[in-house]
Amino acid sequence: MSRKFLSTPYLLWIACGTIIPLLVIAYYGLTDRSGAFTAANIKAIFSADHAQALGLSLLLAFISTVICFILAYPLALILRNSKFGKSGFMIFIFILPMWMNFLLRTMAWQVILEKGGIINAMLTAMHLPALEIINTPSAIVLGMVYDFLPFMVLPIFNTLMKIDDNIIEAAYDLGATKKNVLFDILLPLSIPGIASGVTMVFVPALTTFVISNMLGGGKILLIGNIIEQEFTTSSNWNLGSGLSLVMMIFIILSMAMLSKLDKDGEGTLI
Amino acid sequence: MASSLIELRNISKSFEDTLVLDDFNLTVNENEFITLLGPSGCGKTTTLRIVGGFETPDSGQVFFEGKDITNVPPNKRHLNTVFQKYALFPHMSIEQNIAFGLKISGKTDQYIKDKVKYALKLVNLDGFEKRKIDSLSGGQQQRIAMARAIVNEPKLLLLDEPLGALDLKLRQDMQYELIRLKNELGITFLYVTHDQEEPLTMSDKVVVMNGGRIQQMGTPEEIYNEPENAFVADFIGDSNIIDGMMMEDRVVKICDTIFPCIDEGFGKRKPVDVVVRPEDIIIGKPGNGRIDGEIVHNVFIGVHYEMEIEAGGFTWLAQNTESFPVGTKVSIDVEPENIQIMHKPQTKEEEAIELDV
Repeated sequence: MSRKFLSTPYLLWIACGTIIPLLVIAYYGLTDRSGAFTAANIKAIFSADHAQALGLSLLLAFISTVICFILAYPLALILRNSKFGKSGFMIFIFILPMWMNFLLRTMAWQVILEKGGIINAMLTAMHLPALEIINTPSAIVLGMVYDFLPFMVLPIFNTLMKIDDNIIEAAYDLGATKKNVLFDILLPLSIPGIASGVTMVFVPALTTFVISNMLGGGKILLIGNIIEQEFTTSSNWNLGSGLSLVMMIFIILSMAMLSKLDKDGEGTLI
Repeated sequence: MASSLIELRNISKSFEDTLVLDDFNLTVNENEFITLLGPSGCGKTTTLRIVGGFETPDSGQVFFEGKDITNVPPNKRHLNTVFQKYALFPHMSIEQNIAFGLKISGKTDQYIKDKVKYALKLVNLDGFEKRKIDSLSGGQQQRIAMARAIVNEPKLLLLDEPLGALDLKLRQDMQYELIRLKNELGITFLYVTHDQEEPLTMSDKVVVMNGGRIQQMGTPEEIYNEPENAFVADFIGDSNIIDGMMMEDRVVKICDTIFPCIDEGFGKRKPVDVVVRPEDIIIGKPGNGRIDGEIVHNVFIGVHYEMEIEAGGFTWLAQNTESFPVGTKVSIDVEPENIQIMHKPQTKEEEAIELDV
């Protein structure tokens, strides 16, 4: 007997949860309010406001991803070489915040960074000038790095742990210095992990509107905020959908490029 | 007179509470093929890793050409290692793997290219430069690992059970390859294995280890024919180890029967261990030998038959090209020079062990 029927619930799920909503978005995106076909919603990305928001989104997502990588790679290396790291305890501590509500964590930063917040209270107590971090792009980058760092650490740590100690010893045996081992052995062998880490940080950072709302104070508009506003305040579902479609293209492109590097399927996104 | 290349002096090493090497001394001469042999956990791999620089001894010193290298890191030692699991770099082509050491030492492109070609020819894999590592069989990967090590022209090559993962036929072929390579290159080989046959075929000198100590050191012939204790006799090849009594010089009593032998200096009426190799047992008609007995077991194992003979209260393992069916009444005898007398074990490590095969 065929066991294909077992997949029916999942096919239904895919249809209702993915394909139909996508078609709906595509329908809205490619029509105007009267229901007639138009490409105006797609072309709207080239308007000054939208293009600027998209540019800023790409820039901040890129900066966050780079910072996450710079923080995560040495950490993963240290964890690989330490007893604590091998036992998985340190990595557990590191990803612990991931299990707390994402909104809550972002809100915590809002409290820490705001004008009368903890940091400024401490600075004032030390008679130092107060910092204006909240509602700047820096605050948004800080929030992104804090929220998404574990997604960079985990896949890199996993690929590094998979590298056989013998291979590293063989490199030293052949005369390699620490620098040779890092650049000729460890980095190339951890590319799959780096690729999935980059994907898992870059994509959510590119599309977020919560972090920019909370830490940008509504003054800094990322493409995510613009799309959100089209759906909520402006009630222009057509424009919102059109811009979403454009974002999807950006995300699919970046993931396609990165998935080429991640042949072992270290990433959980594709 | 060969000069010493590597010298280990009073090396001790423990991992947590386990003493792995206990005041270990070893000298390896130039151009020697020396094998460290012993069961798992005897300290042979640790010895190799100390020579390679991957472990630091708790006490003792390592000398390389007379210079103390105990604390020199592996990348500054003039030796190379062939690892048990080959440890090839999976993201590099074969050419890049072999060239790795040469690139680091800053050789010219042309030199590297020629060397890689030469090394591949040496291991019989000409034209494999651009192939991927994962497209190779185990035996081929093994050869690449060899090529990657010898291309750097080390004075000493360390081999950590390099044939362990290969099947029997390939292993035998590779043994001859290794001997050929060693003779062509004139490099000193320090070889580690737990396989009892490999060292006999390949080595100039065999070091049998157990419990972090050397049990016996000698040529393969010495180790096989004149084992110093029950452990060595039992570990190398099959053997009958029998309780005996040294009556006087050149006379030993086994199973209440007097056998002439050629050993001297054990004293009078001293209990000893007697080793008789199964192929040295002469099977004859009842009454013709020294002890009469009966065949209790017989299996054909290729070149010869392996039989068990119940005689004088001991079950003798015998090998013969002639088959005697189970139940046959026979006699056994041993030539005096084939009887090897050993002192009774002084320590646990000198006793014969049960091998889990």
